[in-house]
Amino acid sequence: MDRKPGIRPRPTLWHRLDVASRFLFPGLLTAGVLVLLSAPIGVPGQAQMQPAWALASVYFWSIYRPASMPAWAVFATGLLLDLLAQGPVGLFALILLLVHALAMGNRRVLARQGFFSVWAGFVAVAAGAAALEWAVNAVFAWHWLAPWPGLFEFAVAVGAYPLLASGFIRAHQGRAAPEQA
Amino acid sequence: MIRLSIQARQALARLTVPVLIVGSVGLLLLGRAAPAVPERARVALSDGLAPLYSAVEQPFWALRDAAVFLRDAWGMRAENARLRAENERLRHWYDVAMALDAENAELKANLHWVPDPSLSFVTARVVADAGGVYARSVLLAIGPHHRVQRGQIALDASGLVGRVTEVGARSARVLLITDMNSRIPVRLEQSRARAILAGQNGPYPRLLYLPDGVHPAEGERVVTSADASAFPAGLPVGTVHYSAAGVPEIDPAANLERLELVRIFDYGFGGITPPEAPGHMPVAALPEGTAALASSERPF
Repeated sequence: MDRKPGIRPRPTLWHRLDVASRFLFPGLLTAGVLVLLSAPIGVPGQAQMQPAWALASVYFWSIYRPASMPAWAVFATGLLLDLLAQGPVGLFALILLLVHALAMGNRRVLARQGFFSVWAGFVAVAAGAAALEWAVNAVFAWHWLAPWPGLFEFAVAVGAYPLLASGFIRAHQGRAAPEQA
Repeated sequence: MIRLSIQARQALARLTVPVLIVGSVGLLLLGRAAPAVPERARVALSDGLAPLYSAVEQPFWALRDAAVFLRDAWGMRAENARLRAENERLRHWYDVAMALDAENAELKANLHWVPDPSLSFVTARVVADAGGVYARSVLLAIGPHHRVQRGQIALDASGLVGRVTEVGARSARVLLITDMNSRIPVRLEQSRARAILAGQNGPYPRLLYLPDGVHPAEGERVVTSADASAFPAGLPVGTVHYSAAGVPEIDPAANLERLELVRIFDYGFGGITPPEAPGHMPVAALPEGTAALASSERPF
């Protein structure tokens, strides 16, 4: 983190705590909001908001701060989402890891693009995620499942992304920036 | 910390994602092969989160109460008129019900009717709608010294909600009748035809295996049947409703979209097992060995 040359005093404990909290902020925020979204707050479409939030969060931080969203944190987030919902355990761990791998693989291109290109990338990622989730659920149930819940989930994810991203961008420049500690 | 060369660390970093992907696929398959493992993890997580949910819930309950109060205050006049009309109608039905009740009591007295045992139940608050996109279930917060068991039956104020499928120390999960894995033996109240109610993850579960020639009427009441000895007979499930494609479905009586409190009934053995066949006597005087065999063959 500290790449500037020069001599300066040893970081104090407080400073190091500040760096650590900024470093952990994306992962903890992702997990915390997931738990909150599983609470009975009575918001319509809550079941769809959980995967939408996890997808947007993993996608954004994998592009802009991969050090704060390492693969094991993505795996843990997916597992938490799987256990909070009733789907097959491991499915969202797999989906989020694929999203993470895709975002990491293209981050040099994506991070230089404007907001709309990144959003377009997210549309593709969310479509793939909803399709994979639907397919695995259908195969496990061995039954044709109505595609509407998946389409609704996709729509919620794509629609919520600009709103979430505006918050993420602010955090990226402030709360989640260890270099500003 | 172990010091690794830069190359080794880069190779490890490149390996992490594939290894974790293989791990999640392994978890998916493990969950298929041994469903008890993820279930135990889920119960542990729900137990841990149940107090947190209850705490988070408080301000939202306050907000919701305030919203309900405002809405009620807004439409008070119209509501009042509606209630007065309804009261008028209900008063008539009250008289009818009292007359029928008296007649029923008299008939039962003449028949030497054995009264149904009174049931024990616990009331629990729904703390999370834990279904996800492709499942329908709710999480209940229950005290640490509860007697809730798997297979017990959950009802809300107006009808059947579902069955308890997982029980932890502080939480229990109820599989709703709308879940795709839910299959419930039911009976149509008028035609007495039996059927299976199969959840479809949508708001309306479907009626399967209706006998040939039975066409349930729109709006006909559907109650549980004691056929599979999993439910007591006669719990209200809902009313028949035909989908646009002409498939008979059920409009659940319970308010499954907004569950707040449910009652978990312990029907015990007397409630959920079918009555013993006439002529079946308890095994008493048999030689040793055969008695043990016979008793081990009995279901309970």
